Amino acid sequence: MNREDFPLLKQDIIYLDNSATSLKPQCVIDAMNDYYTNYSANAHRGDYDLSFKVDQAYENTRELVKDFINAKYLEEIVFTAGATEGLNWIVKGFFENYLEKGDEVLITTSEHASNVLPWFNLVKKLGIVVNYIPLDDNHYVIIENVKKAITPNTKVISLAGVTNVIGDARPIKEITKYAHDNNIFVVLDGAQMVPHVKTDVQDLDVDFLAFSGHKMCGPTGVGVLYGKRELLEHLEPINLGGGMNESFDNPDETYYKPLPTRLEAGTQNIAGVIGLGAAIQYINSVGYEKIEEQEKKLRKYLIDKLIPISHIDIINIESDSGIVAFNVDKIFSQDVAYFLNKYNICVRAGNHCAKILKSSVGVTNTVRVSLYFYNTYEEIDSLVELLSDYDKIVKEMI
Amino acid sequence: MDQETKREIIMENYMHPVNRRRSDDSYHKTNTANSSCIDNIDIYVKFKNDVIDDITFEGEACAISISATSIMINNLIGKTKDEALKYIKEFYNMTDGKEYDGELLQEGIVYEDIYKQGNRKTCATLPFRGIEKAILESLK
Repeated sequence: MNREDFPLLKQDIIYLDNSATSLKPQCVIDAMNDYYTNYSANAHRGDYDLSFKVDQAYENTRELVKDFINAKYLEEIVFTAGATEGLNWIVKGFFENYLEKGDEVLITTSEHASNVLPWFNLVKKLGIVVNYIPLDDNHYVIIENVKKAITPNTKVISLAGVTNVIGDARPIKEITKYAHDNNIFVVLDGAQMVPHVKTDVQDLDVDFLAFSGHKMCGPTGVGVLYGKRELLEHLEPINLGGGMNESFDNPDETYYKPLPTRLEAGTQNIAGVIGLGAAIQYINSVGYEKIEEQEKKLRKYLIDKLIPISHIDIINIESDSGIVAFNVDKIFSQDVAYFLNKYNICVRAGNHCAKILKSSVGVTNTVRVSLYFYNTYEEIDSLVELLSDYDKIVKEMI
Repeated sequence: MDQETKREIIMENYMHPVNRRRSDDSYHKTNTANSSCIDNIDIYVKFKNDVIDDITFEGEACAISISATSIMINNLIGKTKDEALKYIKEFYNMTDGKEYDGELLQEGIVYEDIYKQGNRKTCATLPFRGIEKAILESLK
């Protein structure tokens, strides 16, 4: 559905790598072009009309984001370069000042590198401990395992809402409730969740959330950091410089602006933020319900067609998202991806930045198909037809 | 060499690569990986004075990388370090689409068209970058 909105789909390409990045609808491209063409001044320089217009457009996106994730206050929305930057700021700007030696952070083995490495860094820096919530047989996080993994030293639970390899959704609301009852913070990596599922930060009650614009029809290089206001107040800015300061006479008399500006030093990715605003309006116009429903239908259609193929080993028959990870018998995933590329089918091969997952799943690399609402049954038919012919794959993979 | 023969050589070296095994500490070990994909192999090379006495490898990589490793091993064992560096240089010339010495490369020419596929060039050169590093380190 909505294929006509995406100019790239006019090409003869089957794009099945939506977990890496989504395609961009014309309205997002137009919004950014409009900024660059017609009012490309800087923001927060309200001395002239053109700049005032930039301010309005930039801050309008903040309003859109606030409603989009149902944040309580506007100043809880901070623009970043993407989910990676958001997660790094949360860990470095807040938790590095809060955690102490011996404190425990719970993650899982299926987290993306961006929700692992910043914590590993604190292990080295502060002597905190990173532990893993055990996954169940389907590689899911279940609340019982969360409860079991918590110790008196647990201070933070940091999880993806939806993972990028298995595509499982975590019971975040339940986890947050239990965590807060035990004075534990919850950080939500929303990179794979926000594009696909309605994310309500007040309902989930998470303390921090980070997500990217480019996986949800928006531009690259822009994302959002959400934090509860009382916590965000204590997040030390990583970037210091223009725009974020109130005054600075000398090191002892340096004052920063209030939230959220305090965390947005330097000229921001204005076109990106404006594009993100257009993407949110676009997602709203399509509607989460329809997006979710279509993804589920497409995924079921694909899974039902892949299951009977004996040389295909599906890693995640069950999943809550549009992700299907699999391997073709005795063929390296990269070679499968190269083979499909010959037919203009874009899929991803690899470990998908979740390098420690292999200890849980037992395979190092997979082929990953990730669907979005604009994919079609016909595209899946083309994919399955190619994958079902083992000899053809072997013959044409080099 | 016709396309079908090239294909057969590549597939044979992929399905049954030579010397796919870890080696002991008497070998110089070097890792070689592609940043843009998941090819990742360890190369073990043993020098006897100035000569490459043995090469083995282990790791995971695509058909092009594995076959290129196998072909490289077949062609470099017994060569002096200088001869090996000359071979590697000619191999790079070929994969860059420049003029190259096909006679010297022998069956290495099965990758002569790979320069046309930007995303697979790094697969073919992967083992050569690894052994080049090992040789240069040994010359220090």
